[in-house]
Amino acid sequence: MLVIKDLHAKINDKEILKGINLEVKAGEIHAIMGPNGSGKSTLASVLTGREMVEVTHGSVTFNGNDLLAMAPEIRSREGIFLSFQYPVEIPGVSMVNFMKAAVNEHRKYRGLEPLSASDFLKMMRERKELVEIDSALTNRSVNEGFSGGEKKKNEIFQMAMLEPKLAILDETDSGLDIDALRVVANGVNKLKRPDNAVIVITHYQRLLEHIVPDFVHILYNGRIVKSAGKELALELEEKGYDWIKNGENA
Amino acid sequence: MSDNTITIPISDELVNIYHKNLNLISGGSADLLNQHRDEAIQLFKQLGIPSQKNEKYKYSKIEPLFAHSYKKHFAPKRITFNIDDIFRCDIPEIDTHIALVLNGFYLPETGKLTTLPNGIVYGSLAEAAIKLPNLVKERYNALAENKSDGLVALNTAFAQDGAFIYIPRNVAESKPIQIINLLLSNENQLVQYRNLIVVEEGAQANVLICNHTLSPNRFLSNVVTEIFVGSNAQLELVKMQNEHNDSALLTHTYILQQRDSRLVTNTLSLHGGFIRNNLTVTLNGEGADAQLYGLYLTDRTQHTDNNTFIDHAVPNCTSNELYKGILDDQATGAFNGKIMVRRDAQKTQAYQANNSLLLTADAHMKTKPQLEIYADDVKCSHGATIGQLDNEALFYMRARGIGEREAKLLLMFGFVHEVIKQISIDTLRERIDDMVNKRLHGELARCHYCPMHCC
Repeated sequence: MLVIKDLHAKINDKEILKGINLEVKAGEIHAIMGPNGSGKSTLASVLTGREMVEVTHGSVTFNGNDLLAMAPEIRSREGIFLSFQYPVEIPGVSMVNFMKAAVNEHRKYRGLEPLSASDFLKMMRERKELVEIDSALTNRSVNEGFSGGEKKKNEIFQMAMLEPKLAILDETDSGLDIDALRVVANGVNKLKRPDNAVIVITHYQRLLEHIVPDFVHILYNGRIVKSAGKELALELEEKGYDWIKNGENA
Repeated sequence: MSDNTITIPISDELVNIYHKNLNLISGGSADLLNQHRDEAIQLFKQLGIPSQKNEKYKYSKIEPLFAHSYKKHFAPKRITFNIDDIFRCDIPEIDTHIALVLNGFYLPETGKLTTLPNGIVYGSLAEAAIKLPNLVKERYNALAENKSDGLVALNTAFAQDGAFIYIPRNVAESKPIQIINLLLSNENQLVQYRNLIVVEEGAQANVLICNHTLSPNRFLSNVVTEIFVGSNAQLELVKMQNEHNDSALLTHTYILQQRDSRLVTNTLSLHGGFIRNNLTVTLNGEGADAQLYGLYLTDRTQHTDNNTFIDHAVPNCTSNELYKGILDDQATGAFNGKIMVRRDAQKTQAYQANNSLLLTADAHMKTKPQLEIYADDVKCSHGATIGQLDNEALFYMRARGIGEREAKLLLMFGFVHEVIKQISIDTLRERIDDMVNKRLHGELARCHYCPMHCC
């Protein structure tokens, strides 16, 4: 599904990613862990098309197509979803109008008619129940005045609405209490299917108790320095990032 | 030499036209209006058309607007058209009492004055001045500032007709009264009409004033509206300005509020070549509350200038003001909001905000909040921002699959919705939402040249 080959990228002339290789297949859950500043969020930014990141070398293909050549909205319509580390507040734009625009743009891309107002609201209701999001949230402007936990739940709700092939969760666990973490993880697990995939980017192992990965990669200094199964997350939790940093130095 | 052309100042030319046509002007109007003309033309002679040296008109060039040649008619010109044809799809869901004014003269479709069973009267101002002098006499020209604004004096000198609305004491009318000012002609026209609205003690009304151009000729409108809101009365006033790029609209609105009255105004400048709105609200009785909202959407070389003045003349009044707008291309705009708190006006609460979005580097907005406070126990604040679309929000929307253009439109719509949502009549608000959406999609400009005139 996603193939990253020798990816180098820089922000403001500073090289952040220094040769990433990663392959994600349908049905898999990958966790990318690493200390602060290792390049985790930059990788998410490259995959979703943020302009401030400049790719200097390497390639990324998504279902065989050149992902890097696509505008952010095309990547989304092709099935990539980023759960933002810091979801943006958009005063004056209602969740309903925002999601209606997004869902209908996705449908148009697939050659489908826009949903009728009633079908759309029905869909909103169903997905809200699925991810256990409070109804009141979707009656407000996008993320406006939402708590940290509400914003993250809202990301998962949007994911439920758009049904991506590949979901990238960027530090979705940061700032969540244990109840919100459970809601978010349950939502992701319910949306998991054999034909889609998830990349969980996280600093801590705690989210991975709820969303169990098939593979764990450790990103350090712009490279993936270690890949293994889910047991790697536990080992990392036990030994700390110094274990990796020292290993790199040795 | 005989072929010498002498260029006389425009102001003098207007004064000459006045004297030459005084019989026609007076003949087509009413005594109550006529008796103010001579003084007004004298004042205009002194004041002239405001130049940019006039602090109040610093950001708007008025003189060049008058430099074009315009026809001035002093009697209604017969134009045959069927109003249903023109407005067949306008605001389909909204049911209003309609007062039609064509090129400054009331159109007597159903008589010059209409009286509803509950005592409400609406129709021609000239007719009301003749038939209902007691309602008009003390109020006509009582608020207009002829002594400080040459444009207002000019209107008083020339105005012959316009719309009149009277809501009697304790009458609450849920159906809005809509004044539709139409400009339709096969020649360029200068039109100067006058509106008078009286909302008596304890009465409640919604008034909608629309300005439309229906033919592509150049129009200059100079309009004065005086509004009286009695004790405990409530008035919601929505102005919808939708004219083409060769039009100029100068409005001067004066509102006097008595004790415990409530006023909401919504000035929506959707489209127009040049728009200048002066809005003066005097809070003249304790407990009065005024909410002033405004929206301006401009592109190409359009210019919109809102000048508001809220006069807290007595204690314990509240006012709140929010003007928002979007400027595209080389459009220019100005907002000048003055709040005056008089010495005795203790416990005043007054808030003002003006927020503009500039879509290009060539668009310009001038904003000037002014607080003048002579009382010591008051709560007042003002704020102004001029900014661009939020790039983070744009990326967020694109990351959800929404194309860049649509994302920008959603953001713009969200930005201005804060103003639109203040309109209390659901069908009207939805209609305005729809029109703003069309406007942001660039469709209104096209509509001006379409015979259907849906917008």
